[in-house]
Amino acid sequence: MASITYKNASCIYEGSDKLAVNSLNLDIQDGEFVVLVGPSGSGKSTALRMLAGLEEIDEGDIEIGGKNMKGVASKDRDIAMVFQNYALYPNKTVAENMGFALKLRGVSEAERRKKVEEAAKLLDLTEFLDRKPAKLSGGQRQRVAMGRAIVREPQVFCMDEPLSNLDAKLRVQTRTEIAALQRRLGTTTVYVTHDQVEAMTMGDRVAVLRFGELQQFASPADLYDKPANAFVAGFIGSPAMNLMTGPLASNGVKVGEDSTLELTREHLSLLHEAGLKEVTIGIRPEHLELSDNGGINVVIDLVEDLGSETYLYTHASPGVQLVARSFSRQPARLADAVALRQKAEGVVHLFHPETGARLN
Amino acid sequence: MTTATTEKTAAKIDSGPVRKKKTKKFSPWGVVAWIAALGFFFPVFWMVLTSFKQEGDAATSPPTLFFTPTLDQYDAVFNQGIGPAMLNSVFATGLSTIIVLLLGVPAAFALSLRPVRRTQDALFFFMSTKMLPIVAVILPLYVIVSNVGLLDNIWALVILYTAMNLPIAVWMMRSFFLEVPGELLEAASLDGASLWRSVREVILPLVSPGIAATALICVIFAWNEFFFAVNLTAVNAQTMPVYLVGFIAGEGQYWAVLSAAATMAALPVMLCGWFAQNKLVRGLSFGAIK
Repeated sequence: MASITYKNASCIYEGSDKLAVNSLNLDIQDGEFVVLVGPSGSGKSTALRMLAGLEEIDEGDIEIGGKNMKGVASKDRDIAMVFQNYALYPNKTVAENMGFALKLRGVSEAERRKKVEEAAKLLDLTEFLDRKPAKLSGGQRQRVAMGRAIVREPQVFCMDEPLSNLDAKLRVQTRTEIAALQRRLGTTTVYVTHDQVEAMTMGDRVAVLRFGELQQFASPADLYDKPANAFVAGFIGSPAMNLMTGPLASNGVKVGEDSTLELTREHLSLLHEAGLKEVTIGIRPEHLELSDNGGINVVIDLVEDLGSETYLYTHASPGVQLVARSFSRQPARLADAVALRQKAEGVVHLFHPETGARLN
Repeated sequence: MTTATTEKTAAKIDSGPVRKKKTKKFSPWGVVAWIAALGFFFPVFWMVLTSFKQEGDAATSPPTLFFTPTLDQYDAVFNQGIGPAMLNSVFATGLSTIIVLLLGVPAAFALSLRPVRRTQDALFFFMSTKMLPIVAVILPLYVIVSNVGLLDNIWALVILYTAMNLPIAVWMMRSFFLEVPGELLEAASLDGASLWRSVREVILPLVSPGIAATALICVIFAWNEFFFAVNLTAVNAQTMPVYLVGFIAGEGQYWAVLSAAATMAALPVMLCGWFAQNKLVRGLSFGAIK
């Protein structure tokens, strides 16, 4: 087990001078579960592969347990990786797959068997130990891939979208299993996903990446409550936070054609001090409610009843869309003209209209 | 009205299993396939049959279908020195195939799993060597072989057959290597395996059917090769195809003895194919990856 440090680590795309990962700085503590999340092309997988030694560290450094990994081959880094497609050895049985790393290390047959059986018991794979991977279901293969990683007791687990080949239900179940297993083993883990729900539920801390650059590295709650910029605000949370850019009025921000979202006095003075004429406001769907006496006038585009809650997809003017959550089953009907207002306990996030950086 | 509709529906449901039976019904394509298969097989069958006839029975028209089988023709073939020709063929085919695999498999591995900037050019170069008709190069080749003193020497054929089959082997093996996901190598490397170890324990078992198929193709091409052999060898280094030609007389064919020699020439390749078949059919079990 070990801590991991990315120090201005960069990786250049093969055959171009574009940076896949642009001077990434991360300090991952010993035993921590860190999730790298971002849309496709954000460099999250590349960042992980740099750690595993499958991608060059073109600039900067990556340290594992205080040791610089530049120029160290993957086989000498003591890292176990779970691949998206599992990459199990098709010609080996489950037991041989899980024990391969130990065999390479020269661990005796009896010792190997003991460790593999322990891991198999943990992952509910005991009855499949003599099967070839082709004879297993997707979920079982995923568990074998996990087993192959934990048998080794490595310093670091790397997981590259290990759940994306499972169906939705199994994914949710396996998600909690992996998180629980990691907590039990206490092995430092770096986990890559494009799914912000996985990031929020599994990670001790989450690093959000975009275009190879780190946007924010914080706990899930902090990401949700205090996103560092408009991108993180829109990326974390489902449905996404409502983000609207509008001109400042005397008491708030103009939304749509004829409505204003009122801002507190502190917010207003903050914006005036910054000398802004426009601002991007962010407000989460659960912080909006239907109002009977004024607010933002909107027209309902879609009512999404999820059973436990209902989402209202609306627009204030063409292109200015707002989503609001309601706990009543039939709060409004399609094409209704209604008004939305900020809930009493609701939070408004303010972002710079050009840079997207958080202002409040 | 209602009953009629119900009946119709019932009839439709019933027709389900009946439809399935259709696959067992007579199909004209089956007959075509059988005719084609027999058409291909018949000459081989006729060759083997004729090889057990006496010359008298072999030359009749209409052909003799019932005769007393004899091994006289095989006796004659063995007495006319099939041994050295057979040995030459086995040597040239076997050795060239081994060299082709030793050189071609690593090349294909590098070109598929570890591509570099010039990979496409290298692949095209390999293929381009097959574009020139052999007839066009036989004269300079003859001069070279003559100058290095390898005329009528089996080593000349070993070298030429290796060169002839190498591009094909590289292209074939490359397509098999391309089926292997790169993640397997990465996984093995993270498990702590050296390149050699991961190739031996992970990659080679997966591509072994491909190696068998490639080897079979090389054996067939080398075994049946005639043009180089007839131009560059005489007595000492003659191979089976050249030896076989010796049985084709100018006039008055001896069909039975020719058939016996031809059967002997075809037998090793057919045996190779038959043995490789199991390996080829076993297929690549990539289920674990996809």
